[in-house]
Amino acid sequence: MKEEIIIAGFGGQGVLSMGKILAYSGIMQNQEVTWMPSYGPEMRGGTANVTVILSDKKISSPILSKFDTAIILNQQSLDKFEESVKPGGVLIFDPNGITRPPVRKDITVCSIAAVDISAELGNSKAYNMVVLGAYLKMKPIVTHENVMKGLKKSIPDRHHSLIPMNEKAIIAGKEKIVMINSI
Amino acid sequence: MAEKILMKGNEAIAHAAIRCGCDGYFGYPITPQSEVMETLMEEKPWETTGMVVLQAESETSSINMLYGGASCAKKVMTSSSSPGLSLMCEGLSYLAGAELPCLVVNVVRGGPGLGTIQPGQGDYFQACKGGGHGDYKMVVLAPSSAQEMYDFVDLAFELAFKYKTPAMILADGVVGQMMEKVEFRPMKPRWTNEEIIEKYPWATTGKTPDRKQNVITSLALDAAIHEKLNNTLQTKYKQMEAEDVRFESIKCDDAEHIIVAYGCMARICESTVEMARNAGIKLGLLRPITLFPFPSKEIDRLVPQLKTMMSVELSAGQMLEDVKLAVNGRIPVNFFGRLGGIVPSPEEVYEAFKKEIGK
Amino acid sequence: MDVKDIIKPENRVYAKTPVLTSTTMHYCPGCSHGTVHKLIAEVIEEMGIQDKTIGVSPVGCAVFAYNYLDIDWQQAAHGRAPAVATATKRLHPEKYVFTYQGDGDLASIGTAEIMHACNRGENIVVIFINNAIYGMTGGQMAPTTLIGMKTATSPYGRTVELHGNPLRITELLAQLDGTCYVTRQSVNTAVAARKTKKAIRKAFENSALKKGTSFVEVVSTCNSGWKLSPVKANEWMVENMFVKYPIGDIKDR
Repeated sequence: MKEEIIIAGFGGQGVLSMGKILAYSGIMQNQEVTWMPSYGPEMRGGTANVTVILSDKKISSPILSKFDTAIILNQQSLDKFEESVKPGGVLIFDPNGITRPPVRKDITVCSIAAVDISAELGNSKAYNMVVLGAYLKMKPIVTHENVMKGLKKSIPDRHHSLIPMNEKAIIAGKEKIVMINSI
Repeated sequence: MAEKILMKGNEAIAHAAIRCGCDGYFGYPITPQSEVMETLMEEKPWETTGMVVLQAESETSSINMLYGGASCAKKVMTSSSSPGLSLMCEGLSYLAGAELPCLVVNVVRGGPGLGTIQPGQGDYFQACKGGGHGDYKMVVLAPSSAQEMYDFVDLAFELAFKYKTPAMILADGVVGQMMEKVEFRPMKPRWTNEEIIEKYPWATTGKTPDRKQNVITSLALDAAIHEKLNNTLQTKYKQMEAEDVRFESIKCDDAEHIIVAYGCMARICESTVEMARNAGIKLGLLRPITLFPFPSKEIDRLVPQLKTMMSVELSAGQMLEDVKLAVNGRIPVNFFGRLGGIVPSPEEVYEAFKKEIGK
Repeated sequence: MDVKDIIKPENRVYAKTPVLTSTTMHYCPGCSHGTVHKLIAEVIEEMGIQDKTIGVSPVGCAVFAYNYLDIDWQQAAHGRAPAVATATKRLHPEKYVFTYQGDGDLASIGTAEIMHACNRGENIVVIFINNAIYGMTGGQMAPTTLIGMKTATSPYGRTVELHGNPLRITELLAQLDGTCYVTRQSVNTAVAARKTKKAIRKAFENSALKKGTSFVEVVSTCNSGWKLSPVKANEWMVENMFVKYPIGDIKDR
């Protein structure tokens, strides 16, 4: 098993922490992982993206040009990364603010209305966990149990009271993902 | 087995320092390595191991704080990124001249000047060929994973004290910022003052009646004495070349072509090697772990079986010169590099490699 | 009376402290360095802290201070002694750590280091020799050189327009919260030397009390650099240097 993922959106959407939770879940499942962010001033409101790799074997390059899965959370990132999905791969996007939807027919395309769903849950900060849930529905590469362990490891002890809310968001994401293009 | 923790290479440096018995960290913030001091301040090791952590007023001060700490044979370190290292070069020359052990971490970004905060490898010359004034070298270790960022802290201190020399971890923005799983090694206690006095009798620990005064200096106005000091340094560097070259070979045994790359570029080129092998091209990777001493002998040994070598760097071709010296004109030595903070993908390196060998 | 009788212990009126080595000093006749070295050595002996004292020597004439004071020494890069001393003291809080710096070292190239060490209130002692000139490199203008003073790099006399103003760094450092004791002394007379010794002793004692940084400026002569006889140099210092750099305690808390 080797899964190469790009998560891209605005700074503040929880792109980096979603990647971290996914990577930690991989560790809990005894996988090799890398988490490589775009770093620097982009963190402050510009575009943010992170490359996460989970693999059964030692990972060589943490820098990639093609991905098995792209998780896209704004238009700029869609424009930049749609072409980077490997044929047969998966693209998951949040339709909020998207004016030019994905066009590729050789990949699986799904949408997750995470802004609306997290608002319904009453916690807009759980946005990225809704997206993570949607991803895990498409790529169940780590068990739910290990995701919860990874979540616990990724956030400081003082925020552990928020774990049930995050779990709810993950489950909601899994339930509410919408298939747009199936191959 | 110890728990594996997901963390950045920079964070691994900080945890390794606390756990390998480091006595003092002195640093100044600069991207992309600020997590080192941030993690140390968060961990408050002065309450546990007694390690001193201090934010200095500049990189110039940081390196001179190392001079003071190292003069006492304490395990002291700093970390910075390229522009900061330029400021430290004066101090590094003094540390080398006074034969003092210490650890300097450079998480390299693109230069010259203020450059970029994105990854680079353009400080190879500065690290391996001196940087500061005079005929000196440092032990230079090039980690390519977060685990190596952790492990090389202890290794660097070991080599620094073995040779009484500054040691450098030459990392890059990728290795510093990337998170991977890191396994912590068993705790090593800090040396007691009594242990230091016994192991390092040259240290300035206070002149007791039973010994002569200890003076730490790099000054020798008498040319004959100064040449002797220089010869001592050169002998050490020869010994490093004989005893402490480290490298990793990947698929080199039957290789007809070899890429030489270090740090993050070695990781990227490892994928390139997989691509070439899948296409039936016998490509291998030689990853120097010590950039000084450089694995020249290993290159020399490999040359007879090879058609070409290629140095791949985030620079305009710096390690390339050492590769060429080792190859000594026997086979073509090609080069591929990106500048300004751009990190190429494995595919990009593969295309460049194929072009060079005419495929 | 034989010479052996004269040097009997009961006849002795003065003995060189053993903290001062027997090495002949390289300083010019009339230079203040030798006197200040002796005062520090005596304080170290009297406090019984030879095994607990680490000196940090500068770049300048006093670079060889380690040849004259029989203690452990670290020879620092130009201006960086306060940074070197900072780490030494923090890693050895039980030791007495002092820097010995000239005006070029401390008040020009090393302003950042002295300013921040003092501001952090490092529990170190700083001995600052201000002779208004770069002695070792051959008498060039220093940050403390007086207006009108002729040096190798101000051959027509220092002017504000060309060279800027003389720097009273001691007054600046006294304003920092980290300094506990800031004083300006001289060693041109026996009385002055005794006062300086008292100041140095107090500075070392402060360091053990963890009160912050103690800073002792010694307004000094450089008769070679000033191109004056030792006696004339002393007179010139009193008439000119003491005007710009008045003697006395600036801060004592």
